[in-house]
Amino acid sequence: MVQLTHTLIDYHALTEQVRRPDCGAVVTFLGTVRELTEDKVTVALDYEAHGSMAEKKMAEIEADTRQRWPVGEMVLVHRLGRLEVCEVSVAVAVSCPHRGQAFDACRHAIDRLKELVPIWKKENWKDGTSEWVHPGTN
Amino acid sequence: MTVTVRLFARAKDIAGAEAVSLSLPESATVADVRRRLAAEHPRLNALVARSVFAVGDEFANDDWRLSPRAELAMLPPVSGG
Repeated sequence: MVQLTHTLIDYHALTEQVRRPDCGAVVTFLGTVRELTEDKVTVALDYEAHGSMAEKKMAEIEADTRQRWPVGEMVLVHRLGRLEVCEVSVAVAVSCPHRGQAFDACRHAIDRLKELVPIWKKENWKDGTSEWVHPGTN
Repeated sequence: MTVTVRLFARAKDIAGAEAVSLSLPESATVADVRRRLAAEHPRLNALVARSVFAVGDEFANDDWRLSPRAELAMLPPVSGG
């Protein structure tokens, strides 16, 4: 299951959603808003997406992950809009029969998400300035 | 033909618009879109060079030939997560 949402990510509910009798391991990764980037202080992040394409790419990542590992259930959820420090911006929950598979599958899914899903964040710094984050261009 | 290119993030801020329209010859490619965008919006130049493009919900490389109703998007380097 993949989802973009403008509301709080209920990671407990997502973790419950992937638990199954045939899976002895559940790994849930949360990406949260970090306060410090080197010496700059973040107040909030604004996330935006090419929504339909982002959902399509997230679904492809789920399918790709399921091909590589014996995934029972998995969910990828990304938040959009304004998030304050410590809020959860992304959650990936995966269940597999064994823990090694669950760790690897979850790692693969979040790495691929960060690499190719069309979502962008804008840093709103404490000094009142802001900037979109485009790796390789800043 | 006229094609519309959706813009996101810094590109949207620079252009001051969520989308721009470009007039292109029939059988134009994504490479033509890149050139025309950079020519008509010089301030987007640096970002255009670092962006990938999408047609509909799929990545489209530079030799992708556009249809008149193609839904184009310019995707600057992503930073989700």
